[in-house]
Amino acid sequence: MIEKGSYMAILVASTSHALRAERVLHMAGIANKLIPVPRSLSSDCGVCLRISREDAEAARQALEKAKVQIEEIKPFCA
Amino acid sequence: MIYFDNAATSWPKPPVVLEAMSQFMDGVGANPGRSGHRLSVEAARLVYGAREAVTELFRGPDPLRVAFGLNVTEALNLALRGILRPGDHIITSSMEHNSMMRPLRALAREGVELTVVPCSPEGFLEPADVEAAIRPNTVMIALNHASNVVGTLLPVREAGQIARRHDLLLLVDAAQTGGCYPVDMGADAIDLLAFTGHKALLGPMGTGGLILGPRVDERRLRPLKRGGTGSRSEREEQPDFLPDMCESGTPNAVGLAGLGAAVRWVLERGVPAIRAHEVSLAQRLIDGLCAISGVTVYGPRNAARQTATVAFNVAGLEPSAVGLALDEERDIMCRVGLHCAPAAHRTIGTFPAGAVRFGLGAFSTGAEIEMALDAVAALAGRAR
Repeated sequence: MIEKGSYMAILVASTSHALRAERVLHMAGIANKLIPVPRSLSSDCGVCLRISREDAEAARQALEKAKVQIEEIKPFCA
Repeated sequence: MIYFDNAATSWPKPPVVLEAMSQFMDGVGANPGRSGHRLSVEAARLVYGAREAVTELFRGPDPLRVAFGLNVTEALNLALRGILRPGDHIITSSMEHNSMMRPLRALAREGVELTVVPCSPEGFLEPADVEAAIRPNTVMIALNHASNVVGTLLPVREAGQIARRHDLLLLVDAAQTGGCYPVDMGADAIDLLAFTGHKALLGPMGTGGLILGPRVDERRLRPLKRGGTGSRSEREEQPDFLPDMCESGTPNAVGLAGLGAAVRWVLERGVPAIRAHEVSLAQRLIDGLCAISGVTVYGPRNAARQTATVAFNVAGLEPSAVGLALDEERDIMCRVGLHCAPAAHRTIGTFPAGAVRFGLGAFSTGAEIEMALDAVAALAGRAR
């Protein structure tokens, strides 16, 4: 059980970018889930990737290596 | 029934295409990239899968540089109207389909300079003629990869090298080659690849797109349409990133689910295997037609230098009469007339009467070729 507030959200420009990132994270063995962008983080109506807080750095590196553009990685309370 | 109209639309489709589309309508059905719920994400994933499949097939740079649209016509309009400005010069060939010619003629009226390089009566284009047409204000070379009328393959790889040497963009219309002849954006130096799903990619109608190579700065590209994209929704301005900037409005997701399955089928079968099958059938068809007295075959008459699309006429008969007789008497579906390509017909010498076109496909068989040859021989005999 992941406790409340222990998530990070990877914000991306579009759903296509999110799916590209999802593929990269999956290959890197980082658990993730596509969720609607939490209203507290952005007014966007799209999706973002939810990962656990401890995976944030590994995710950032994997995405950078695969040249997937992301907007930012932000903590949020689920 | 013998279906020889694959150059217009391929038929039948691999069963996996129907299954993917049926599954989409039955089990997914939601709006891709809009809502964020499970079904919406699943729909977006299927669309993204189609992006990955076409990227793999055409050796594109990145699935996110695939801008999906309705067909190759829309893709060509996007590339031409999106990039060319008054005062720019563009070079094309005399073998183009109206999907290229009509947007170019319209742009020429708006101040774009156009050079149409003449091709030989077989439809061959001399790369040196393309290079000789370059001017200081040339920005693009735009060619079909193969003629939709006579199947002639154009030298896109050489054109790509010329484009690189002169810092121009190469736009290729792969309507007739995608899925049945190797198309490699990297090796062929293609900057803008326009494709359609409903021909040799074996997907449904209403699918296609433009793939932008790494040399194309998308900030130079003006979208054809603007509207909702599911991204940057707080803004009233169009997004400036791919693919969203070119994909406004709800897409043909059911079609793209089918396209993804179709391209996977093509990749599994392998383009070289499909090509080898079609070359062998096309050569037999060409040789058989050439041997019939009163039949004139147009184009290279050499399967290695063309796609499996063969155009011919029967002396003493209008193309339309041949088409009608083949349909009514022999159950053979083909296409007659000008094939939306008046320039190509002028080049091969069949304007304005046109020609009869047999467009073979991945599912055509040797037995069908023999039956068709028998039917044409009977018609030619009757017309003498």
